[in-house]
Amino acid sequence: MTSYGSYRQLRLTPQRSGVSKALAKDSPLWRLDWILLLAALALSLGGSLLVWSATRGRDSLTHGDPQYFLYRHLTNLVVGLVLCAVVIGIGSRRFRTLVPFLYVGVILLLLATLSPLGSTINGAHSWIQLGGGFSIQPAEFAKLAIVLSMAVVLSDQVDAGEREFPSHRAVFRGLVWACLPMCIVLLMPDAGSVMVMASIVLGILLGSGAANRWVLGLLLAGAGGCVAIWKLGVLSKYQIDRFAAFANPQLDPSGVGYNTAQARIAIGSGGLTGKGLFHGTQTTGQFVPEQQTDFVFTVAGEELGFIGALAIIVLVGVVLWRAGRIARQATDLYGTIVAAGIIAWLSFQAFENIGMCLGIMPVAGIPLPFVSYGGSSMFAVWIAVGLLQAVRSQRPIAA
Amino acid sequence: MSNIPETGRTRRVTIRLVVLQILVLSLLATLGGRLWYLQIRNASVYTAKATGNHIREVVEPAVRGEILDASGRILAGNETRLVVSVSRTSLLQQKDGGKAVLGRLADVLGMPAKDVQEKVRLCDAKTPQPCWNGSPYQPIPVTKEATTQQAMQIMERREDFPGVTAQPTAVRRYTGAEGANMAQVLGYLSPVTDDEVSKTADKSGLDRYLPADQIGRAGLESVYDRDLRGTAGITQLEVDNLGRVIGTAGTAAPQTGNNLVTSIDARVQKVVEDNLAQAISDARNTFDKVTNRNYEADSGAAVVMDVHTGRIVAMASAPTYDPNLWVGGISGKDYQSLNSKDSNFPLLNRAIQGQSAPGSTFKVISTTAAVEAGYPLDGTYACPKSVTIGGREFKNFESESFGSITLERALEVSCDTVFYGLANDQWLKDGGIKPKKDPGDWFFKTAHQFGLGAKTGIDLPAEVTGRVPDRQWKQSFYDNNKDAWCKQAAQGGNSFSDQIAKENCVDGYQMRAGDAANFAIGQGDTLVTPVQMARIYSALANGGTFYRPTIAKAVISPSGDLVREIAPHEDAKFPGDQKLLSYINQATAGVITSGTAAWKFAGAGWPQDKIELHAKTGTAEVEGKQTTSWLTTYSKDYAVVMTISQGGTGSGGSGDAVRRIYQALYGVDDKGAIDNGKALLPAPQAELPKFNADGTAIVKPAAYTVDPAPAGVAPAAVTPALLDAVQGGPAPASAFLDPPQPTGRPAPGTAADAALEPNRGPGRGRA
Repeated sequence: MTSYGSYRQLRLTPQRSGVSKALAKDSPLWRLDWILLLAALALSLGGSLLVWSATRGRDSLTHGDPQYFLYRHLTNLVVGLVLCAVVIGIGSRRFRTLVPFLYVGVILLLLATLSPLGSTINGAHSWIQLGGGFSIQPAEFAKLAIVLSMAVVLSDQVDAGEREFPSHRAVFRGLVWACLPMCIVLLMPDAGSVMVMASIVLGILLGSGAANRWVLGLLLAGAGGCVAIWKLGVLSKYQIDRFAAFANPQLDPSGVGYNTAQARIAIGSGGLTGKGLFHGTQTTGQFVPEQQTDFVFTVAGEELGFIGALAIIVLVGVVLWRAGRIARQATDLYGTIVAAGIIAWLSFQAFENIGMCLGIMPVAGIPLPFVSYGGSSMFAVWIAVGLLQAVRSQRPIAA
Repeated sequence: MSNIPETGRTRRVTIRLVVLQILVLSLLATLGGRLWYLQIRNASVYTAKATGNHIREVVEPAVRGEILDASGRILAGNETRLVVSVSRTSLLQQKDGGKAVLGRLADVLGMPAKDVQEKVRLCDAKTPQPCWNGSPYQPIPVTKEATTQQAMQIMERREDFPGVTAQPTAVRRYTGAEGANMAQVLGYLSPVTDDEVSKTADKSGLDRYLPADQIGRAGLESVYDRDLRGTAGITQLEVDNLGRVIGTAGTAAPQTGNNLVTSIDARVQKVVEDNLAQAISDARNTFDKVTNRNYEADSGAAVVMDVHTGRIVAMASAPTYDPNLWVGGISGKDYQSLNSKDSNFPLLNRAIQGQSAPGSTFKVISTTAAVEAGYPLDGTYACPKSVTIGGREFKNFESESFGSITLERALEVSCDTVFYGLANDQWLKDGGIKPKKDPGDWFFKTAHQFGLGAKTGIDLPAEVTGRVPDRQWKQSFYDNNKDAWCKQAAQGGNSFSDQIAKENCVDGYQMRAGDAANFAIGQGDTLVTPVQMARIYSALANGGTFYRPTIAKAVISPSGDLVREIAPHEDAKFPGDQKLLSYINQATAGVITSGTAAWKFAGAGWPQDKIELHAKTGTAEVEGKQTTSWLTTYSKDYAVVMTISQGGTGSGGSGDAVRRIYQALYGVDDKGAIDNGKALLPAPQAELPKFNADGTAIVKPAAYTVDPAPAGVAPAAVTPALLDAVQGGPAPASAFLDPPQPTGRPAPGTAADAALEPNRGPGRGRA
């Protein structure tokens, strides 16, 4: 977790009495939120075990190597950690200046997805194959782009001390920035990611102190948008089917409702302590589809039981609690908005993903942050952790 | 909220952030609550669902126990066959629904393609046999008689035969030991239905039917099914979502069923079957002077009972069939044939399901009733050629008259008019047409005491009760038929049956003098089964004990240990005293020497001075049909009963056949010489057979291999019939397998009707 950017922070920090104490307290590592970092790391490492368990018997996916997904997941994690360190090293202020370039890059990636370069998985045209078995899902990075671009636009005047709250004009501009990637993702169509992005926008409006009318207006617009999407038939049939199956799980237990029914059987049969890692009958029998990605939580539920599954929820809670603390303690509104956007992002994704496994939310192709297998998602959330750490590192050393 | 300097954050933002965090916390709490609900509160529900999801049971059928005769000969055993089965599940996955595969399979097996297709279709309300009534997931056997070459062709060209397997499997084989057929006694097996499987799904052990089970549907196979079936082996396989096997959760090896030792002697059985068949064939060549045509002899039955225990030594029913037709699933043609009027319903065991009026064989009961009613045994009674009762003339057989005779002599010569008189006298004493409050009804009461009108309780399924036409029965019969009679009477016809209907419509519930008289000589509405008569005559032989007839003697484990013995069971005692019993025994012995059966026994060289036999003949009248032949006999050890429907007189129709059965039992030749070495069973076999350590019975080699059929009898009657019936080959004894269609007989609705009411008719005033 070395970070060359921290030296700049060190220089800004007021000197403390006692050399040894100062060295300890002022070391760049000391400035990190270790609780946040360890909770996120625990989720990712736990996730690697769950992904391993879910895939070791799926020869058609693993090409005969039971550890294939374990290694890939750990590789993704390492890349994610590196990205996280780079972000911390760059530092919050300097990173702020890079946001326009990042934003343009993400938009180009999104557009490339819609072009013949993109490929379709599960009905959504949201992937770019890089060859060698690697592919990226630009929508994951679009979430970051929305967080950062809105944070820049909304905090500009406030952080310059010109205003107490973002102006209507700034909020409007921010929404336009957010709208562009959302529209492209909606065309894929990847309604799940759009829902995550909408929740990010809501979180940012809340965290930025934008006028209440904007918050209420967004909620109304969201409701109206849902109706419009439904009526205009933007959603593909499989998305409608998934929602219908959620509304009435008994509708078609062997068809659309099958995934959710099998997911609930897996979790419910885990009981208090679970069947033991690698011993889940639903998991080894591959009764739950997409189990290493969207339904990875069912592995925890079945094999690690209530204790293991609850531990995941608690760890997610710890990450969000630490992120909330960083949002409150940020030295500028930009940092607060970034943290609030990340909180909204991660909390919505975690709730939707776990809720879908538990049968209280409709099925949507949204990964569980840190835990689910998937490079783009893993990179994006660890960049988010880096952003949170960078925001935290900016504040003066305190309590 | 904190003591950190607030930079870039206003109070509004702080409040908003707190709201955001509360929102997040409540979402996570919701997840936790739902998690608790699924995993703690409803864990058992989902655990059960998960088990049902991934466990599939594969059933390995148990080898069924054997049915053995008294000496340990295998009557129903198992043999290894190459079974070719077809999986419907994999047929349905093919584009044409498996039509091409079935066509190729039919070619290899040399069967018509249609037959193969019919065998693998599923049974439902609209589908006639043949069809598969087992589980659609269990492989369906197409043939159990594949040759090694056919099996090789199928297994080597796997790609041409997806879903088809050829495996060696133990299948039932009715061995026809010593040439005995025993089809109706042994019964048959057929696969369990889906319904039976699902109804017993929550039970365990023998109470649970598994999809591959074959269960006994008739005969001993049915009654002792739980002993014979054994416990199927169940392997619990863990499967994945596509049904691929990924592990084993548990295995239980199949346990072979227990063996059943019966009291049947296969050699005696063979003799009885042959002689019954011969008697029927002889009757068909005999001219009936009454109807001016040969006897129909449409069916018959014979029973040999051990008088000391009630155990059945032999039991035959004609017409019969090859029990091996059921092995491997019966073909549609065969099934139809077994249930048709043309074949005269060979599935019926007429020894327990065929009932008819007993005729004069009933007179031992009438004699007992008369003595019980107070008529002196040594008194003399008039035997004129006819008496007039209730305005109708009741004649003796061929209008004989014997003057004034004792009851013993009346029994011996079968004088009807003596019994008519006694019955009429009793009827008058009971108040005649206006019965007194508590009538004596000695004749009916005694019939019930002899076990008539009730099942004997033999260990075979679907036994019928017969009928004692007492006052109670008359009333209920009237209540049921009043409307039909009155309707017929109203049409004003003048035939005999119209007159009867007219009478019945008015007072059909009344016990009339004619009814009482008819009953006394075993005519009219009285119905008995052969096994009931065998039990009665056994009681006369053994000093007065009515034993419950049994076929099974013991249940033996596969390793040869005794599991349980089926002990003789005394049901009732002869109602009269020993003096009466010896009187009857004297009279029935007289029937052999100078009575109605003398010409077939004493007159045919039977050594009565050495082996004393007793008999009573019966010739029962049936409205619109030829007479039923009854011959009820006993020695000191055996009761032998034979009856032939439309077979002539008791002695004429069955005399030779019954004598030959005794000749075989005791080793007597046609001249009356006794050769103990040739005797099949001079005394009933009391001990159980001994068993080897591997559970097989030690069959003592017979000192003399029997060919009991005397000269002139069709040679080896049953064996070729048994084996050739499948191929439709010639069988010398096929006379009883495929009898001519009975004529002049009311069309029976079902097989059971035919047996239950063979002589339904007015049945009065003709004797």
